[in-house]
Amino acid sequence: MSHGLGHKGHLLRVAGLYAAGAAAFFVLKAFFVPAGFGAYGHYRAGAIDDSRTRPIAFAGRAACVECHSDVPQAAKGGPHQAIRCEACHGPLAGHAADPTEKNAVRPDPKVLCARCHAANVARPARFPQVDVAEHSGGESCTTCHAAHNPKEPPAAAPPQGQRGGTK
Amino acid sequence: MIEGYVYPNEVELQWSILIVLYPYITGLVAGAFILASLERVFRVESVKPTYRLALLTALAFLLVAPLPLQLHLGHPERSLEMYLTPHTASAMAMFGFVYLWYLMAVLVLEIWLDYRKDIVRLAQTAAGPIRHVYRLMTLGSYDVSAAALRVDDRAGYVITLVGIPSAFLLHGYVGFIFGSVKANPWWSTPLMPIVFLFSAIVSGIATVMLLYMAVTRLRGRPIDMRCVDTIARYLFYAFIIDFSLEMLDLIHRIYEADESFHTLDFMVRTRLYFPHIVVQIVTGTLVPLVLLALTQLVKLAEGARRGTYATAGVLTLIGIFAMRWNVVIGGQLFSKSFLGYTTYKMQFATREGLLPAIALMILPFVILWVLVKLLPPWVDETAAERQAT
Amino acid sequence: MNPDRRDFLARSGKLLFLTGAAQIAFESVLRGEPEAAPNYRTTDHWWGMTIDVEKCIGCGNCVRACKEENDVPREPSCFRTWVERYHVPEGDIERPQVDSPNGGYDGFPERYRAGDGAKSFFVPKLCNHCAHSPCVQVCPVGATFESPDGVVLVDKKYCLGCRYCVQACPYGCRFIDPRTETVDKCSLCYHRITKGLTTACCEACPTDARVLGDLKNPKDPIHEFLRTHKVQVLKPQMATGSKAYYNGLDGSVR
Repeated sequence: MSHGLGHKGHLLRVAGLYAAGAAAFFVLKAFFVPAGFGAYGHYRAGAIDDSRTRPIAFAGRAACVECHSDVPQAAKGGPHQAIRCEACHGPLAGHAADPTEKNAVRPDPKVLCARCHAANVARPARFPQVDVAEHSGGESCTTCHAAHNPKEPPAAAPPQGQRGGTK
Repeated sequence: MIEGYVYPNEVELQWSILIVLYPYITGLVAGAFILASLERVFRVESVKPTYRLALLTALAFLLVAPLPLQLHLGHPERSLEMYLTPHTASAMAMFGFVYLWYLMAVLVLEIWLDYRKDIVRLAQTAAGPIRHVYRLMTLGSYDVSAAALRVDDRAGYVITLVGIPSAFLLHGYVGFIFGSVKANPWWSTPLMPIVFLFSAIVSGIATVMLLYMAVTRLRGRPIDMRCVDTIARYLFYAFIIDFSLEMLDLIHRIYEADESFHTLDFMVRTRLYFPHIVVQIVTGTLVPLVLLALTQLVKLAEGARRGTYATAGVLTLIGIFAMRWNVVIGGQLFSKSFLGYTTYKMQFATREGLLPAIALMILPFVILWVLVKLLPPWVDETAAERQAT
Repeated sequence: MNPDRRDFLARSGKLLFLTGAAQIAFESVLRGEPEAAPNYRTTDHWWGMTIDVEKCIGCGNCVRACKEENDVPREPSCFRTWVERYHVPEGDIERPQVDSPNGGYDGFPERYRAGDGAKSFFVPKLCNHCAHSPCVQVCPVGATFESPDGVVLVDKKYCLGCRYCVQACPYGCRFIDPRTETVDKCSLCYHRITKGLTTACCEACPTDARVLGDLKNPKDPIHEFLRTHKVQVLKPQMATGSKAYYNGLDGSVR
């Protein structure tokens, strides 16, 4: 066919085909590589925003104290003063955003307190821990210990699952 | 199920039998190609009867190679990302390009150049709709003059020359994908690419040898013993190197006895005993080596040699599969805490189960059958024979 | 058009638009979207964590808090963070007995006796957010990466689920989320720390065994901590540039 090319014509056709393939690949690349890829490194820049997009479950102590300012007062000077509220009360961002609609549930002391204070050989020796059954005789821990300051006896009339906030 | 302590996220294995299949298949490709190149580049005349068959075998397996990976991926529809945004630091990403290079710039091109004369002839003479396929394959050029064929021959030679390091790269890379993972002491060794490569060569040569013997029998033709004897000899040499490398790795580990040694040693003695010691080492390496050595040292009759080669070949293929199994699965059976072990629960009819694995191992032979029909490796012989009768 | 009317229309349009925008912005705050912290600049921060093994009591608060905050699947075994208990027989740091029942989610039932000559302690584990992360290195497509502020994140919209990164992590902190078929792992509560909150695990820790640290902030207590404690990282021989600094890490810890 192309004798002018000295019988290499078929090789040129192959080369042409491959060049077309390579060109198609670059076109594909332009279309399909997501926007922002490579802006900060070898990844999609939007992935950073994606990672920041997530609802918050734990509000943080500052949010709780806004309404429940009596608690830090009660805990002051006691061994629990530095513990953050949701460590025991669970995630409460929903409650913080809408206290009337999303009520917090008071944890059961018998379950909650044992989580940290049940005697366990692997716990640091100086950490306060007891054989729970022996120590409590089956009573709830808050019978003798105020939850927020366990060195104190419990308040006279502990609120029974009602609104504890001041707002 | 779990013995000792494994990190909570390590309980289930990440890479299944499909990931065992993948290096096995690419290994067969590399090995088959290297056998083919023995004739083309190193002018080992005696293996010429297997040249085209080896190339077609390599192509059939190479086409199937990505399939176990696709089945394994959590999002196969995103697999194009490896080509669009490859992470150059990742061996896996770069392998995509090595694969593409090997398929398009080496294998397909070499097959096309070697078959071009037949393709042009078939494009002009074939009957039925298949003729259109051949016409497409000619790329519009019907020049099969002596000069053009010389060009083809020269080009094919260059491609094979480039193809040998490409085949080494193809499978050595798979070895590097494992060997570069510092977190896993069973995998992490500089020997891994080389061990993978030589076991690939061994499995590829054995496959072509077995296929040649089987297909020739099916065609009712006499098996060219000079050819098979040569192939078996190369198999023997490659196997000695492969075995030496694996023993070197083993001895090194036992001697140095680093922090991972006791956990790996325990694993090989217990959970991996059957696949590693019994299947891979004894049945899959020592027995074939002894059989092949026998054929080199003792003068056996043709029939006995054929039987010995066939047995050795089959055992070799089983042994090399076991080697891939022991690397991939073995590397995940022990915890990175070096304090415990988990189990591989292979399922049957799930996406990554035994059934798809079996299907994927059968598929290359189906493709090979189609390729052999499309591009017969022995068309010259049959035409000549037809003329003779 | 009359200039006053045009002006009125423009102002009311703006007001309507802004009210609408404010509504959307407020909802985005509730949803936890980036607009809520527009002043956060990634280059101002370099995040890490300090873990004081001597303070950990194995209560499992961190494991539970993380699962709540990050919606981590309960099945199969998937943990962004977990706690291990070590029981080291006397003089045998090479063969400790380690357990982590359900990652420490329900705490640790007692199984050892006091006075058996061994020492026991708890070790919380999480993604170490390595500065030279092997998981980032092996990802074929760039679906996992280290953010400019030092947090190793996963792009769930881009991940193929090839699991190479799971193999490459020396610490076993990555897993496949069966719901998305992509990889998942501790994100250092990126959605929280970029708003000035601390991570869920640190928030819930009753003994301050885990404390988030910002190495680029000169006032952050992490600097004092690193100066005054003998700290180690896990598997230092892997040279991963781990940013989880442990105080009191025994030689038996894996």
